[in-house]
Amino acid sequence: MEKQEIDVVTGTATTGHQWDGIKELNTPLPRWWVWVFYATVVWSVLYWLVYPAWPLVSGYTRGLFGYSSRANVAAEITALHTLRGEKAVALASASLEEIEKNPALLAFARAQGKAAFGDNCAPCHGVGATGAKGYPNLNDDDWLWGGTLPAIYQTIQYGIRSGNPEARENQMPAFGKDGVLTRDQVLQVASFVRSLSGQAARPGADLGAGKKIFADNCAVCHGEDGKGNQELGAPNLTDRIYLRGSDEAAIIDIINNGGGGVMPAWTGRLDPATLKSLAVYVHTLGGGK
Amino acid sequence: MSLLSRHAVFERNSILLAVGILVVILIGGVVEIAPLFYLRSTIEKVEGMRPYTPLELVGRDVYVREGCYTCHSQMVRPLRDEVERYGHYSLAAESMYDHPFQWGSKRTGPDLARVGGKYSDEWHVTHLANPRSIVPQSIMPGYGFLAHNEIDAKKIANNMRTLRAVGVPYTDEQIKSAALDLKAQATPDSSDVADLQKRYPRAVARNFDGDAGHVTEMDALVAYLQMLGTLVDFKLYSDKADLR
Repeated sequence: MEKQEIDVVTGTATTGHQWDGIKELNTPLPRWWVWVFYATVVWSVLYWLVYPAWPLVSGYTRGLFGYSSRANVAAEITALHTLRGEKAVALASASLEEIEKNPALLAFARAQGKAAFGDNCAPCHGVGATGAKGYPNLNDDDWLWGGTLPAIYQTIQYGIRSGNPEARENQMPAFGKDGVLTRDQVLQVASFVRSLSGQAARPGADLGAGKKIFADNCAVCHGEDGKGNQELGAPNLTDRIYLRGSDEAAIIDIINNGGGGVMPAWTGRLDPATLKSLAVYVHTLGGGK
Repeated sequence: MSLLSRHAVFERNSILLAVGILVVILIGGVVEIAPLFYLRSTIEKVEGMRPYTPLELVGRDVYVREGCYTCHSQMVRPLRDEVERYGHYSLAAESMYDHPFQWGSKRTGPDLARVGGKYSDEWHVTHLANPRSIVPQSIMPGYGFLAHNEIDAKKIANNMRTLRAVGVPYTDEQIKSAALDLKAQATPDSSDVADLQKRYPRAVARNFDGDAGHVTEMDALVAYLQMLGTLVDFKLYSDKADLR
């Protein structure tokens, strides 16, 4: 290599090249930068030692402390269960009646139930459990499948028409679509159903005929008096609480097309303590029987 | 000349520099990529994972086309809060038939890796059409038009063939009956449902969008969402078995 040429003005060595008489200074990198670079090299070697890093023929290096994110999360969840303390343990083994009788446990279950409700139930039933069209309000005392604590627990565990073998099942027939009732008959019975809760009937509607159609077709499930049957999940038609609207069009639509909503089964997705907490929470919202 | 100034040789010779870069990248590539093909822990062995049914596959294509992944991830990370909220952390095996995977890197909406079975079909249809009708605070756009888009069943077999070329184990029989399976899964009382479930274990046939007679993109997307996270049987999964 040729002898280094020193630039007169700056006192720095040049690269030895020249382009059209212009020479390039060979300014060295700042020392601090070079040392930081060496430090990162050392850091990476330490990292290889401490964390899982290098693949081997039939595995990989485990690192000095055996770090594993999957083992960590298992440990963290165990720690979480310890943190929740005795009440959580008691909740897991307590029956619904025992939870109800023990105020401390009840408060604990309600708090846990509220948290679980927010993530799992609120998308359908609303943040305040106020429901939406097709999704029942859980604050009132009007229940489709029963408002006792065991009934609510059963519904949460196995759902409604959820496909689970234990699920609550019923089917409102499609009276209009399947041709069981004629168009006029549907109109008559819809007027009669609305009159059950004191709503105005369609002008000129024959309520007597509607009553007869109701007795022949609907009373089996909804009862002679239209008060429903929670054993069958048949709604009470005499109050003004309607799942899918109380106007005539909504009622005609249900009589014509039948159907019913689906509530998923939560057993398996949520652990038993959470299921019980949810039942207790919903039961104490205000309408529990 | 000290050892540290030897790099001047590379800096003054472009061919040598190119060769040097190639060697360094090759070492990095071999160390990072090659082990993925022989280490068992790369993709865990699990019970229940199967390729998507034709209807679910169309739903997945809709999911990708509409950019759902820009707001929804499909990966429950191994962190306490996520496992508490969404369930078991995601396994690589759960995405092994995804091309491309939908892990995502941003959550404006919730993670969807385990959304299957969490809501009813009716909820999904209402929510997709107008999210705010049911979740008032939602900022998700509406996708009501999906219910009007009928699926062209002829295209799906080619889609499956393409996926087979990149490693999804579709059988000839599955590809041959793709159009039939597509229709059967959205027609629960069809006699083809039993065959569908033979070809795709744990496939669920329902009239997902509530509109009998038409197989729409809404059917497909809801079928796909209702399947997410439901295939792997975690009762049979041991996280120790694959640590190798």
